Amino acid sequence: MTSIAVHPAERASLVDLLDRLLATGVVISGEVTLSIAGVDLVYVSLRALVASAGTAGTTGIIGPGRP
Amino acid sequence: MGDGVWLHAIARDLEPGAIDGLAGVAGGTVRTVAAAALVAVASPVDLDQFGEEPLRRNLEDLAWLERVARAHHAVVAALARAHTVVPVPLATVYRDDAGVRAMLTQRRGDLDAVLDRVAGRAEWGVKMYAEPAAPAQSSHDVPAGPRAGGPGLAYLNRRRAQLSADEERWQRAADEAEATHAALAECAAAARRHPPQDRRLSGRAEPMMLNGAYLVDRRSADRFAGLVASQAASHAELHLELTGPWPPYSFAAADEAPP
Repeated sequence: MTSIAVHPAERASLVDLLDRLLATGVVISGEVTLSIAGVDLVYVSLRALVASAGTAGTTGIIGPGRP
Repeated sequence: MGDGVWLHAIARDLEPGAIDGLAGVAGGTVRTVAAAALVAVASPVDLDQFGEEPLRRNLEDLAWLERVARAHHAVVAALARAHTVVPVPLATVYRDDAGVRAMLTQRRGDLDAVLDRVAGRAEWGVKMYAEPAAPAQSSHDVPAGPRAGGPGLAYLNRRRAQLSADEERWQRAADEAEATHAALAECAAAARRHPPQDRRLSGRAEPMMLNGAYLVDRRSADRFAGLVASQAASHAELHLELTGPWPPYSFAAADEAPP
């Protein structure tokens, strides 16, 4: 069935937000910051956390599937 | 360990009162640090929580991460409503204002280029899901094999046909996602695809075929939404979700290639 849903960014799902806040390129890097490899690790462990909690459907959480 | 400076966004200038009442990721007051005709919007953080090692640990904590991500987003989104800003990725922390000023001076050229690119534009997200797989076809859909092959061969033939039907449906959905992305990118100043979200994390049973981000002129926002609707109408088996307007998070990198 054809459908389109519109969601304002103010009520963004956390996973949509993290796609943008973690996985995007950087124009600057902080003096205290995570390396890109560090961010990838964060994704991996968060996915494991979500899966083990078994609440992905209800809390709507985290991070893109990395290919 | 003492205080650190968390960056939210960078602008050329801000209206008076633009940061009034905004709270940073750790609840502190949002303030500005200026240098090289640029303004960084920052908030104070404690390096005991936001230093590299504690940060790595804290980012594993879902509740902590969500609180920080939403607080960061709230500041960036409030600024982006009325200003041209370059959003700064999550967890960009400096030891002091001098470090921020040095960065602004050093990256002035790149930051100017990004500010030019995002001026007067907003980011929109479009996600596309395939329909959930149809229930397995019953045996009469596939002509039975030669009688001599017996029931084993007939089963294998049915199974093979089912698998290739799945593959075809998947390929068709992937092609439609590609075509939709190309059509939407036509209406955008820049476009990129994020990795599709894992099903467990998107909270949906259908596989995500497209997780696109589009940088669209503010005056073309209605046209873009109309285009999304017409794409939804012309790809009957897919479900589209439009999110936005977002601050231009996905287009804040200096080396972003034009579409």
